[in-house]
Amino acid sequence: MATASGSARPATTFDITLTINGETRKIAVAPWTTLLDLLRERLDLTGTKKGCDHGQCGACTVLVDGMRVNSCLVLAVMKDGAEITTVEGLAGLAHQKGTNTLHPIQEAFVEHDAFQCGYCTPGQLCSSVGLMNEGHAKSRDEIREAMSGNICRCGAYTNIVDAIQDVMQEAGR
Amino acid sequence: MNRFDYVRAGTVAEAIQAFQADPKARFIAGGTNLVDLMKYDVERPERLIDITRLPLTAIDAHEGGLRVGALVTNAAAAYDPRVRERYPILANAILAGASAQLRNAASTGGNLNQRTRCYYFYDTATPCNKREPGSGCSAVGGVNRIHAIFGTSEYCIATHPSDMCVALAALEATVQVSGPEGERSIAFADYHRLPGDDPAKDNTLQPGEIVVSVDLPENGFATNYTYLKLRDRLSYAFALVSVAAVLDLDGDSVKTVRFALGGVAHKPWRNRDAEAFLQGKPATRESFRAAADLVVAEAVPQSENGFKVELARRAIVRGLEQAAAGTPQSLSDKRIQ
Ligand SMILES: Cc1cc2nc3c(=O)[nH]c(=O)nc-3n(C[C@H](O)[C@H](O)[C@H](O)COP(=O)(O)OP(=O)(O)OC[C@H]3O[C@@H](n4cnc5c(N)ncnc54)[C@H](O)[C@@H]3O)c2cc1C
Ligand code: SF4
Ligand code: FES
Ligand code: FES
Repeated sequence: MATASGSARPATTFDITLTINGETRKIAVAPWTTLLDLLRERLDLTGTKKGCDHGQCGACTVLVDGMRVNSCLVLAVMKDGAEITTVEGLAGLAHQKGTNTLHPIQEAFVEHDAFQCGYCTPGQLCSSVGLMNEGHAKSRDEIREAMSGNICRCGAYTNIVDAIQDVMQEAGR
Repeated sequence: MNRFDYVRAGTVAEAIQAFQADPKARFIAGGTNLVDLMKYDVERPERLIDITRLPLTAIDAHEGGLRVGALVTNAAAAYDPRVRERYPILANAILAGASAQLRNAASTGGNLNQRTRCYYFYDTATPCNKREPGSGCSAVGGVNRIHAIFGTSEYCIATHPSDMCVALAALEATVQVSGPEGERSIAFADYHRLPGDDPAKDNTLQPGEIVVSVDLPENGFATNYTYLKLRDRLSYAFALVSVAAVLDLDGDSVKTVRFALGGVAHKPWRNRDAEAFLQGKPATRESFRAAADLVVAEAVPQSENGFKVELARRAIVRGLEQAAAGTPQSLSDKRIQ
């Protein structure tokens, strides 16, 4: 069993390994550090946003081992060994394939005007990719329901669904 | 959040030992309820015991039914082909709750053990018997629109927020637990408790006990079922009232029926008298109305939640009609047929 450095006194940090946007990093974290705070405050990956900090808005959505989760409710120490993809990594993944372009969902958001202020957008993008990885939502109604964990105060919902449908149709072709 | 220590358990025995070594420790699974409460200082554990690496992530065939490991995520359970085919009411109830992100993180055991709660429970500036025994209940006579109408006490009127558990109550699942005293099985109806004069306890799990699995019985009522959830917005909101209804029909009459309500009590709410009343009756709106009347006759509304009595009555009738007709509530088409 991994304990606090085997001593009776609480260790303040734990050494963990995370692969973030394709890069493997060893990081010492205090157990109370959320994945969201680790990304934003320590690793300068400020693309991921903090909205509510309580799982209610979806602005902090990232992919952990390909699954979308609210990074504000994840303790980083618990994800030792995981692969994390943030909004910064969506285009990066395309870069690695040598295409040097935005991720198709990012292109589609631009194309469909799927944001106004943009604060919810990184979460919406990661959530869209998670939705497509899951492969359960097909119809427009199903996409709406499966994206309900991402609140957009500017109300860009209709165009967000358009963008997702577009990418799903392209992929299905 | 307070400062705390962290240990990672590899086996159920290790997790129980870690608790015995430090009874102020808390188990953590998906963290979607515990971390949230820690951020409000409602929970201040000295140590977290990470149980996410325990080998409890499988769904297996078990005694004609299915055994769902405590660390199976809510999403994995809902999308499991066997669950969808044999226990569609469970899949639908899970998918009616929270969001895709939360369901990807939340676990089966965590869903059962998420706190029965209300807004005052989160607000450490206000009295709350559940958070601070003996301090009083701010909701009685306070803002209580979302609160319970069944099984309340003067000490607490909070509701258990789970959708999954409402379906598990209707299915009569069994909860398997392991603890310092060994293993035991708990019938689902006996798992959660009513507040009485001790609302600090949400359920009957003893200190140091871990939920290891939730076992589904053979009959999943895959033909005649529904999960109908009524809430302030059409998705990503807790139930004001929900109903999980399952039926076996004998021609046009009711052979077996079970229904449980969510959002109305400290635990998923069943009324055995109303279920027994329906047995052998024609599966018609008239019968369902009479059963619903029996249920709501026991309702004790608070100052602001009287609407829940009529809402519950109608939800029961509509839920039983949907189940009898074999037309379960759609998750994505929000119209209620
Ligand atoms: C914004 C928001 C909206 C939500 N909406 C809904 C909704 O509409 N419907 C709904 O049903 N739920 C909803 N939820 C609640 C969600 O379903 C629960 O938070 C989740 O199921 C808890 O599971 P977890 O694994 O994350 O638990 P954790 O947070 O890890 O644990 C919760 C509690 O259970 C204990 N525990 C965990 N696993 C075990 C085990 N195996 N044995 C013993 N004890 C254990 C922990 O010690 C802790 O006390 C919502 C949550 C949020 C944040
Ligand atoms: S209803 Fe229960 S949880 Fe809410 S304030 Fe009263 S005692 Fe606390
Ligand atoms: S910041 Fe995580 S859900 Fe709002
Ligand atoms: S674009 Fe402003 S919140 Fe969504």
